[in-house]
Amino acid sequence: MKWLPEREWLGKREWRAMADPVFDNNPILLQMLGICSALAVTTKMDKALVLGVSVIVVAGLASLVVSLIRKITPHTIRIIVQLAIISSLVIVVDQVLKAYLYEISLELSVFVGLIITNCLILGRTEGFAMQNPPWISFIDGIGNGLGYAVLLLIVGFVRELLGSGRLFGYPVLTPVNEGGWYTPAGMFLLAPAAFFIIAAIIWALRAWKPEQQEKD
Amino acid sequence: MKVDSPLYTLAFATLVCVVCALFVSAASVLLKDRQEVNRLLYLRKNVLQAAGLTEPGQRLSTEQALTLFNRRIQPRLVDLRSGEYVSGRDVESYQQRAARSDPEISRAADDNPAGVRRIPHLAKVYLVEDKGSVSHVVIPVEGLGLYGTLYGFLALERDTRTIAGIAFYENRETPGLGGEVDNPRWRALWPGRQAFDDQWQPAIQLVKGQVGGPAENPYEVDALSGATITSNAVTELLRFWLSGQGFGPYLEKARSRGVF
Repeated sequence: MKWLPEREWLGKREWRAMADPVFDNNPILLQMLGICSALAVTTKMDKALVLGVSVIVVAGLASLVVSLIRKITPHTIRIIVQLAIISSLVIVVDQVLKAYLYEISLELSVFVGLIITNCLILGRTEGFAMQNPPWISFIDGIGNGLGYAVLLLIVGFVRELLGSGRLFGYPVLTPVNEGGWYTPAGMFLLAPAAFFIIAAIIWALRAWKPEQQEKD
Repeated sequence: MKVDSPLYTLAFATLVCVVCALFVSAASVLLKDRQEVNRLLYLRKNVLQAAGLTEPGQRLSTEQALTLFNRRIQPRLVDLRSGEYVSGRDVESYQQRAARSDPEISRAADDNPAGVRRIPHLAKVYLVEDKGSVSHVVIPVEGLGLYGTLYGFLALERDTRTIAGIAFYENRETPGLGGEVDNPRWRALWPGRQAFDDQWQPAIQLVKGQVGGPAENPYEVDALSGATITSNAVTELLRFWLSGQGFGPYLEKARSRGVF
């Protein structure tokens, strides 16, 4: 079994596997995976950050484990095996959050558990880790998690800043009712705002990289 | 053995399940103590919030919260049947939730719309001290919501009628709808409303539509939008715990004494 890359740990191929999902093949923007949680947790940046990091950890480790046992996994039950691995990782991440970031974990409520159903993770374990060696699979998982987290943070930045005048809970634009000048645009805290923001980002990205446009 | 033979598949599936189960249980057991500490701290922060000692939405460090709690809050045990304080028992170690299921120290509740099945004989209340005297009392409330039990605190002023604040520290309601019971902006609507009417019947309720300030609508609070069942549950559970089965006798005694 080929455990480690032959030459270098972070060669060109590894960097591509990490950076590609962020800009060129973003799970949310191009593959349209994981939209649901992207709407739900992006009202505040701290929530977006914690969920983003959780997804990176789960995606990376799930891909690593699935790849490690890919040759001894019976073909007929491979999906359910992948799901068992992903679910276990998610439950452990949830427990860790409850132990170390209790109040944020309460705000994230079901969305940590829902990482299990995030298509992005099963998509990468089934689509990539089942066919590739462990190290590059791990990198691929991390990269896709990163692509998801970066978008969550961008959307969270816009929504928290315009919706409540804050970033990570600290006032940036002082709202009127706290003696400042900024009237918070409450619409940005509602779910539809996340749709508009994601759509605008997709528009901008596809104008910048026309190869991502879909053919009619 | 071939990778796709039925026996191998079965063995592999079993092994995966056992390993995953061990992994998950180990994490749960190892982190339990820390989670318990967090839960207790969060409970105390909610007592402080309900008592109005912290601003809605304000975040306190562990140290700040514990200092404030120890300086201003005095937990006491109350016998719900007589309404009298119980002394000579360790307040800290009393587990009110566990007490509900012990028939020796709890009783069955009369049929009620709040979904409360059993009432413990003893309940933990939190007296809030201000400049040497007790200014508020924080009582625990609970009741059945849409998906599970809502647990919270209601703070009453010395007249035992005026609400000082409310906080729900545990709920299984729909996030974003019923889950908004812990929204600081919604909680800010509560202080100043009246829990009881002129005949001392529990009167506070959640209503749909426009609700004015405490002066215009003393008994009404704006319901949670999109969460009718959760809103009704909040009304019912507050009324239950303010009634004779709940803290009614205790509040009545406090009223006639003039102090908590």
